[in-house]
Amino acid sequence: MSQWIEDIAKGKDAVLFGIHMYGPGVLALIKVLLLLIPALILVPGLIWWERRLLSWMQDRIGPNRTGTITVPDNFPIKGLRGKKQRTAGLLQPIADGLKLFLKEDITPASIDRKVYFLAPAIALFPAFAIGGTLPWGSAYLPFGDAVGGIYSLLTPVANVDIGILYVLAISSLGVYGVVLAGYSSNNKYSLMGGLRSSAQLISYELAMGTALASIVLASGSLRMTDMVRVQEQALWGVLPAVQNWFVLTPFGLVGAVIFLICMIAETNRAPFDLPEAENELIAGYHTEYSSMKFAVFFMGEYAAMFFFSGVFAAVFLGGYNLLPLNYEYLATHGWNFLGQDMGGFWRGMAWFNYWAGPAIFVGKCVVGITFFIWLRATLPRLRYDQLMGLGWKTLLPLGISNLIIVGLWIVATKLWGIGGGWAAWAAAAAVLVIIYLNIASLSKKDEMAFGGRSVEMKDPSPRRTVKMVDPNKV
Amino acid sequence: MTPNQIVFLVLAFIAVMASAGVVVFGANAVRSALFLVLNFFVLGFIYFTLGAQLLGITQIMVYAGAIMVLFLFVIMMLQLHHGPQLKKYQDAKRPLAWLIGLGIFCLVFTQVIQKLSMTSQSPVTDEYGTPKAVGLVLYSTYSWPFEVTSVLLLIGVVGSILLAKRRI
Amino acid sequence: MLGDFMPILVLVCLAALICGVMVVGSYVLGPKKVTPYKSSPYECGVMPLGTATERFPIKFYLVAILFVLFDIEVVFLWSWLTIFKDAPTDFQVFSGVDVAVYLGLWIVGYLYIIKIGALDWDEATSLAPEKLEASATVAVPAQASNQEALA
Repeated sequence: MSQWIEDIAKGKDAVLFGIHMYGPGVLALIKVLLLLIPALILVPGLIWWERRLLSWMQDRIGPNRTGTITVPDNFPIKGLRGKKQRTAGLLQPIADGLKLFLKEDITPASIDRKVYFLAPAIALFPAFAIGGTLPWGSAYLPFGDAVGGIYSLLTPVANVDIGILYVLAISSLGVYGVVLAGYSSNNKYSLMGGLRSSAQLISYELAMGTALASIVLASGSLRMTDMVRVQEQALWGVLPAVQNWFVLTPFGLVGAVIFLICMIAETNRAPFDLPEAENELIAGYHTEYSSMKFAVFFMGEYAAMFFFSGVFAAVFLGGYNLLPLNYEYLATHGWNFLGQDMGGFWRGMAWFNYWAGPAIFVGKCVVGITFFIWLRATLPRLRYDQLMGLGWKTLLPLGISNLIIVGLWIVATKLWGIGGGWAAWAAAAAVLVIIYLNIASLSKKDEMAFGGRSVEMKDPSPRRTVKMVDPNKV
Repeated sequence: MTPNQIVFLVLAFIAVMASAGVVVFGANAVRSALFLVLNFFVLGFIYFTLGAQLLGITQIMVYAGAIMVLFLFVIMMLQLHHGPQLKKYQDAKRPLAWLIGLGIFCLVFTQVIQKLSMTSQSPVTDEYGTPKAVGLVLYSTYSWPFEVTSVLLLIGVVGSILLAKRRI
Repeated sequence: MLGDFMPILVLVCLAALICGVMVVGSYVLGPKKVTPYKSSPYECGVMPLGTATERFPIKFYLVAILFVLFDIEVVFLWSWLTIFKDAPTDFQVFSGVDVAVYLGLWIVGYLYIIKIGALDWDEATSLAPEKLEASATVAVPAQASNQEALA
């Protein structure tokens, strides 16, 4: 069985479906379409998935009618007449999209017309362009370090030396859609939503950069294919049977948590959905948008969620690998089970892992989006000062200290071997936690001094009529 | 023409049209800022065509992604989006701007363009402009400027807080 | 080299095309019946109050400029991050000291920001109590006159 899979794989590698015959221009187009078309197809599915899952979590049913096909009575095959085919509401988002295309495109009076029309396009653009360096299939064939196979031709769209920086650079352009939509709408709620959102986006971008910086330092490359490749090495440098997924290493776990929080904030999702806090700002920056222009913001959010989950999977979760296991090592070092020779099984798994890579990658993205939805159903929205505090006072110093610790770990590993490296890591982490707690108390001091005062509202209607009463003097 | 030159010409055309057509002569400050973002974005790709990868992505990340956000904030804060209002305050600044612009152009022309027009594109290696190649010189040969940058940024932090904080 | 970036250029162009088609498509396809009520700013159905071009707190500006400064600080580190792991030991030591000094100054700046309360969004925690009281008493007549004008 496994031999057969291997043969097919090797035979196909020689043929490569003829793709290697195309020139670079056609190949580039194929790569881009292979990235964009699945994203365009998946976005309605993700919207359906969010609505259904959220409904189940809230003890509702959700959209389940649209898409039920009843075979007409004059259908040629007799047995099928009158039968119903249910699709559990899967066609609902497509029906919604079509409806939105044909709805009236209301443009409010006295807006900045050109910017108003450009803003949704600017908001959608980074969401689609962000996946440009994302590897969704292994460029290396199993068994050996040879670059080859069909995925090495097709993924990523551009295998450039600055892969992860491209993701950061494109995601930093996401601010403009929001802030311009808010500015051009001639609605004060839009403006406030846009401003809030832009301050939120830029704050969390910083923490996101530091989280990725520690991972880049540990993997020694900005190229995303290399970052996945590094994760296929032995875990912590000592366990060759297990892959070194960054989420399994201490510094990687810290980086993953920071990146995860920043990723949610960057996509404006709950609990960071302050720009569209409906009970204070109507709908935030897209209050004045209707028809497909509104849906474009929506699509941008889902596409960004999808691709950010992909970045998370590639950088922290081993990319296109199903399990953190080194099948090559297991196959060659004969890990036997109940006296049975498992070598063939592990070889088969290695080839399955190779061929199913794209499906595994998309699966990880969908799991990531399920996590987003779960958070939305669970957590209440943050207050704005809490949001800025979390970004600037917790995640940013945490990311920078993580970076310093990884640097120390690398030097210590080089000087005293693997054990020394981890000892130095633990010591440095302990010292930095103590320092951080001191810094945190620095900013807490004022709060402590003022926290004891009670605020007495004399008359609720004028906003500023506030009397401060010092409890120590009363 | 090589494909490289065609791509360069297209990108340069977009950059020049965006900057000259809208940024300089547009009356609306927000639109000008928006097209300056486009200009910086395309400029990043021009760096890519020259093989300067790290420089190009830094251009997009810092200029297009960060500094222009600040510009937009300032424009929105100062309410500069009313064209006529902007025109009202142009007094001696316009001829002065022409003069300074012309001076800078003369400087660039005599020092850079004239000398560069004589040379052909120098052959670059595959390693040229990659993060590793930049890092090797930045942290050894140019470590002093690198440190001074840090001091400069620290001064920037203190200065911006002095400007914008209500109570210090 | 350009060859590596060609696919990215194609991706950027295609993404821009999709965005353009979406926005233009809805404008072309949808019906247009403009009424004054529909085209007024949406404020939950009541008459719009005040103008939309309000001036906003300077804190946003402060956050933006601090973001630019810190972003540039991280940008200078990216090339170091890629070479540090596999570099020879003498380069590691030299550049490590370099970056340690750099990050030290970064941390000094960060501590200054935290100490001064530049990022405290809630002014009650950073503004002096006498100023809070003052602003409260000053703001009341202005608010009252606003209310009268509305009435």
